[in-house]
Amino acid sequence: MNTLTLWFHKFGSPPTFFRVTALLSPWLFGAAFLIGLAGIYWGLFVAPADYQQSDAYRIIFIHVPCAWMGLFAYIFMAVNAFIALVWRIKISEILAMTSAPVGAFFTAVTLATGSIWGKPMWGTWWTWDARLTSELVLLFLFLGVIGLYNAIEDRRQAARAAAFLALVGIVNVPIVHFSVSWWNTLHQGSTVRLLGPSRIDSSMLWPLLLLALATHIWFFASVFARSRVSLLELEGGKEWARDIALATEHGHE
Amino acid sequence: MTPTRKRRLILVGLILVAVAVATALTVAALQENMTYLFTPSEIVAGKAPADARFRIGGMVKEHSIERGQSLTVAFVVTDGDDDMRVEYEGILPDLFREKQSVIATGSMQGGKFIATEVLAKHDETYVPRDVAEAMEKAHRKHDVPATADKPTP
Repeated sequence: MNTLTLWFHKFGSPPTFFRVTALLSPWLFGAAFLIGLAGIYWGLFVAPADYQQSDAYRIIFIHVPCAWMGLFAYIFMAVNAFIALVWRIKISEILAMTSAPVGAFFTAVTLATGSIWGKPMWGTWWTWDARLTSELVLLFLFLGVIGLYNAIEDRRQAARAAAFLALVGIVNVPIVHFSVSWWNTLHQGSTVRLLGPSRIDSSMLWPLLLLALATHIWFFASVFARSRVSLLELEGGKEWARDIALATEHGHE
Repeated sequence: MTPTRKRRLILVGLILVAVAVATALTVAALQENMTYLFTPSEIVAGKAPADARFRIGGMVKEHSIERGQSLTVAFVVTDGDDDMRVEYEGILPDLFREKQSVIATGSMQGGKFIATEVLAKHDETYVPRDVAEAMEKAHRKHDVPATADKPTP
């Protein structure tokens, strides 16, 4: 077994996962907060105003990173759901289920900020074009996964049922991403492109990328924190969980 | 890999493929119905519904905006090939101006498009104001047409 698989196996064991994420958590939250603060300051105060929209464009510094995170969270959830369904790895079940509320939050923020921007710029809060509709479907998929997971009593069965929904819903992700190029939509096309030049000035691109980094780190910090709680709930009777409980109790005395 | 896991892997894989194929077929079938807007040349070619409401999309033609009494406004939407006169009464979005991509909802009445809603379609370019001004100056100097506004696809 090479080091990578070994590390993977170790990370997949509940006690190790719990210990590693406990060590990582404060650093991740701290880094996300500081980078996010720097990005917000850069985006809102330092970056120049747009030639058409002047200051109103600054909402993209929230809207775009959140939109990316919504899709990223969904892919992360679906990959973990896949592993959970095939290999029945406990950590994957938990990671898939805990990323759903975080992804739902990012998607809701995307829809809200897009709507606030859409009213003055497009002239409407909402329109049923392909991008907006598929993004709304993404939110409903997240909510469906959360709902299904909480509707079934047995935690592991619930995770498997919800993982199935999460996995099937992955077909919506390419639709969200490519909707603006497949159909005539009111929503504009992609500004930041991996292939070819981006259609944004570099003075505006950097704070955007910084905020994207911050939201990614925040996502993992948040998912890990939720996963640790879920893990303790699930493994409450196990020896390692009892050891941790006892250790924290002693620490409080 | 144990046989059980292999079986599960194949099963889950097959379900994924089936769902992907079903979605691809649905999307392909909906392609026609998902038309969000018609361009002026499509309307001239008779592709748009004659008496139903639909959306028209294109660029506001230069020097075509006529403001009437109170909030009435008339302008010409063009896609480069054909023009369509649009009449509207109401508040226009901030981005509405000449050479801006717009999408109007309404219906055809006697060769004119009577709009009930006009939306501005923003393009995906973000440029600082001073850079845009400098670019425009350079364009004018070298007599290049401005390309900031992308024609509707």
